[in-house]
Amino acid sequence: MEITVTVNGTSHTHDVEPRTLLVHYIREHVGLTGTNIGCDTSSCGACSVHLNGEAVKSCTLLAVQADGQEIRTIEGMADADGTLHPMQQAFMENHGLQCGYCTPGMVMAATSLLEENPQPTEQDVRLGLEGNLCRCTGYHNIVKSVLAAAAND
Amino acid sequence: MTVTDEITATAPESAGIIGQRMLRKEDPVLLTGEAVFTNDMVVPGALHLAVLRSPYAHAKLISVDTSAAVAMPGVQAVYSGADLAELWASPMPCAWPVTDDMLSPEHYPIATDTVNYVGDGVAVVLADSNMIAHDAIELIDVTYEPLEAVTSITDALSDRVVVHDELGTNSSYTWNLLVEEAEGDVQRAFDAAAFTVSEQYVQQRLIPMAMEPRAVVAVPQPFGGDMTLYSSTQIPHILKVMVAVTLGFPEHQLRVVAPAVGGGFGAKLDVYAEELLCIALANKHACPVRWNEDRSENTVATVQGRGQVQNIELAADANGKLTAVRVRLVADMGAYLQLITPGVPLLGAFLYAGVYDLPKAYDFSCTGVFTTMTPTDAYRGAGRPEATYAIERAMNALAAEMDVDPLDVRRRNFIGPEQYPYEAFTGLVYDSADHDAALGIAEELVDYNGLRAQQAKQNTADETKRLGIGVSTYFEMCGLAPSRVLASLNYSAGGWEAATVRILPTSKVQVVTGTSPHGQGHETAWSMIVADKLGIDPADVDVLHSDTTIAPLGMDTYGSRSLPVGGVAVGMACDQVIAKAKQIAAHQLEASSDDIEFAGGVFSVAGSPDKEMPLAAVAFEAFTAHDLPDDLEPNLEVQVSYDPPNFSWPFGTHICVVEVDTETGAVDVLKYVAVDDCGVQVNPLIVEGQVHGGVVQGLAQALYEGAVYDSDGNLQTSTLAEYLVPAASDVPPITLGLSVTPSPTNSLGVKGVGEAGTIGAAPAVMNAIVDALSDLGVSDVPMPASPLNVWTAINSSQSAANTEANGGS
Ligand code: FES
Ligand code: FES
Repeated sequence: MEITVTVNGTSHTHDVEPRTLLVHYIREHVGLTGTNIGCDTSSCGACSVHLNGEAVKSCTLLAVQADGQEIRTIEGMADADGTLHPMQQAFMENHGLQCGYCTPGMVMAATSLLEENPQPTEQDVRLGLEGNLCRCTGYHNIVKSVLAAAAND
Repeated sequence: MTVTDEITATAPESAGIIGQRMLRKEDPVLLTGEAVFTNDMVVPGALHLAVLRSPYAHAKLISVDTSAAVAMPGVQAVYSGADLAELWASPMPCAWPVTDDMLSPEHYPIATDTVNYVGDGVAVVLADSNMIAHDAIELIDVTYEPLEAVTSITDALSDRVVVHDELGTNSSYTWNLLVEEAEGDVQRAFDAAAFTVSEQYVQQRLIPMAMEPRAVVAVPQPFGGDMTLYSSTQIPHILKVMVAVTLGFPEHQLRVVAPAVGGGFGAKLDVYAEELLCIALANKHACPVRWNEDRSENTVATVQGRGQVQNIELAADANGKLTAVRVRLVADMGAYLQLITPGVPLLGAFLYAGVYDLPKAYDFSCTGVFTTMTPTDAYRGAGRPEATYAIERAMNALAAEMDVDPLDVRRRNFIGPEQYPYEAFTGLVYDSADHDAALGIAEELVDYNGLRAQQAKQNTADETKRLGIGVSTYFEMCGLAPSRVLASLNYSAGGWEAATVRILPTSKVQVVTGTSPHGQGHETAWSMIVADKLGIDPADVDVLHSDTTIAPLGMDTYGSRSLPVGGVAVGMACDQVIAKAKQIAAHQLEASSDDIEFAGGVFSVAGSPDKEMPLAAVAFEAFTAHDLPDDLEPNLEVQVSYDPPNFSWPFGTHICVVEVDTETGAVDVLKYVAVDDCGVQVNPLIVEGQVHGGVVQGLAQALYEGAVYDSDGNLQTSTLAEYLVPAASDVPPITLGLSVTPSPTNSLGVKGVGEAGTIGAAPAVMNAIVDALSDLGVSDVPMPASPLNVWTAINSSQSAANTEANGGS
């Protein structure tokens, strides 16, 4: 089945098997491997991307459901000149990542969270990131990063 | 209490780069999706491997019919275990035969006649895509003759069902450590004790659950004969040796690379069937072969952690001073012995007396048993969290027995700061510590006395929200390890680490390290060590690692060893580079090399401040070699292999404050304070991150996690929907206090920090829960302290109390 999806501002047209998950489409057809896969039960959030501006777990959608839609992945966050997105910068400054495997999903979920709630409390951040698991950081510095990004905004 | 709590004490002044909160060099590639994890690699022409796994915990393999799978379009080959038998030069390796008579079943990457746990591989498919490979394994027809499962340590010990027929028993080994000044001392201490404690604790099995599941790519060079293995591993170097031995592959033609690795926690410290399969099949098919693990495959096919029943007895005199410790441990090996499975519980053998001054009266014994569950192996802390849990829970039991405060009983037993370096009852020498100081910082940070007063007010007879305060004071035996000590423990390898420091012609620096980071920030920390030594900008240092061709020598990353062994090696290599550079500078400046001083990246002659030469100039001289001293080789490059003289001994105190709802069994963590003294901190930012993450993993064992098997040996928690890895909303912010006691055993004064948080956390949390409920007669709650387990513990102790009150039966 042929689909056309805009990913990070570029339009892509591919023939995909109808059962292809969006995350596999992004990684294997579009070739953007920054979006990670951490589970098979929609539990971990490693695969989070923005669909029309809102964070979704890309393992919960079929590629065909994204036909005609806009996707933004972690590769579309920093400026072309190398300037990090403020959320990426906040993660860096607050040591919000260790192995970095959950990080692309965290950054996508966190930016979407601030979009909805620009001045969250600590508890808002913890609850808002409930769908994104990290095994390394204990979340302390992730929460701190998101609060710092909100404060800098 | 908020997440932005800052460190309260201040770090000792550091003139240089060591001690600065430098942002990580690793971050930009990870934050932008540029990092390449193994499964991100694009490998043209690769075949995809899928493994058919046993749905039975224990069964005879009667037949494996691959015909339908082979016929599927896109499938290149299907193999049963028997088809592959000739590919293995020897069974899968266990590098730690802990006793001479240890029993170990032969273990091959794919089973041939019996399967011994749910997840044991029975056949493999090679196909053009991952999807086809997975579709095809569904078409393999296997006939099993089911046998009974063994899913508990007690059942395993009874030999009711023997997992491996050929061994005749489920007991793999019994390892003893009896330390007495005179024969019978331990028993005499118990006979004479004013107080004794006898407790049993259960360490539930845990699933390590690194966020990146495992992945493997093997790329052969069919005509040249070389083979490159990319694997999501913590141990590229050890893996290379083990692959060479297991497959009979010539080691000099093997290259192992760990690309970006998404966490390990011990579970990637192993040699796995899929690594051997990918290489063997890439070789056989003369094309690349790749495999990546699904999460529900990961929970059964990657090693699990813990899994022990611990019996601990303490004897103490009238002052509460420990006089003897006796430990009987039974450890669940799972179905097979993986790389270091049998040794894991023994890493804790030296720590069951904790941070306390115990005379030579220690009796430890551990039996390892086979069950029909996924093999266990290292998981963050490996043996040491288990030991710390037992002694720290038991110390609280002793405090209860004596009716004194848990901090008091600890203070009566601490090894005093003046006793360091301290030769322990085991003969190991503890390097440095001040336990009372660390406890004092934690006590103050948490307002211990205030909390005790509040608790006395709050925990009235009919109060349903009960306050509990739990403490643990611990040692983290790390910096694995002096090779001779490993030899005495029958471990098959050494514990040294290698480092090369190379000054390039333009004075940029390459560091080659044998450590293999997967989140710990070695690129940043090693750059800081080098920059500090050489007086240069850390940005001018590049750290090369995790590729056996670029970094041929190394012992990899686990056991909180990277900094105290690998980082120290980097520092030593810098010192030797400077020594050589001094000879060149002396020659150029026409001075004696004894008179050459080096500071801030500049060589100068003592007493002649105008005679100086920057490192960059010396580096270029070394490169051109136009005018070097006669006996000096060109270039500024030094390689060091460092075997640590001792373990390092980080220590600290954790205090956890909880509120337990007796009606629902829910536990709310109100506050968590950790004081982890890991010696000199190269980069406090990284240290704090390690502690945060470690604490949450320990706290998760206490509150949330546990691998649950049914009586047929099926894993009931095989996905992230069932196995409760905590989310941000499930855990508290963590308050850190600072204590810095440099290690005297290495030139950097460092100790290591990777496992500390995990070691201290579980006992602190569980002591807090039991503390909240002790008035209700609760003395233990099984981990994880889920609402159900807490509620059940309360209600069974209440009904026991009622039965007693009514004259009981
Ligand atoms: S991979 Fe999508 S939620 Fe885990
Ligand atoms: S940084 Fe490793 S999983 Fe989050």
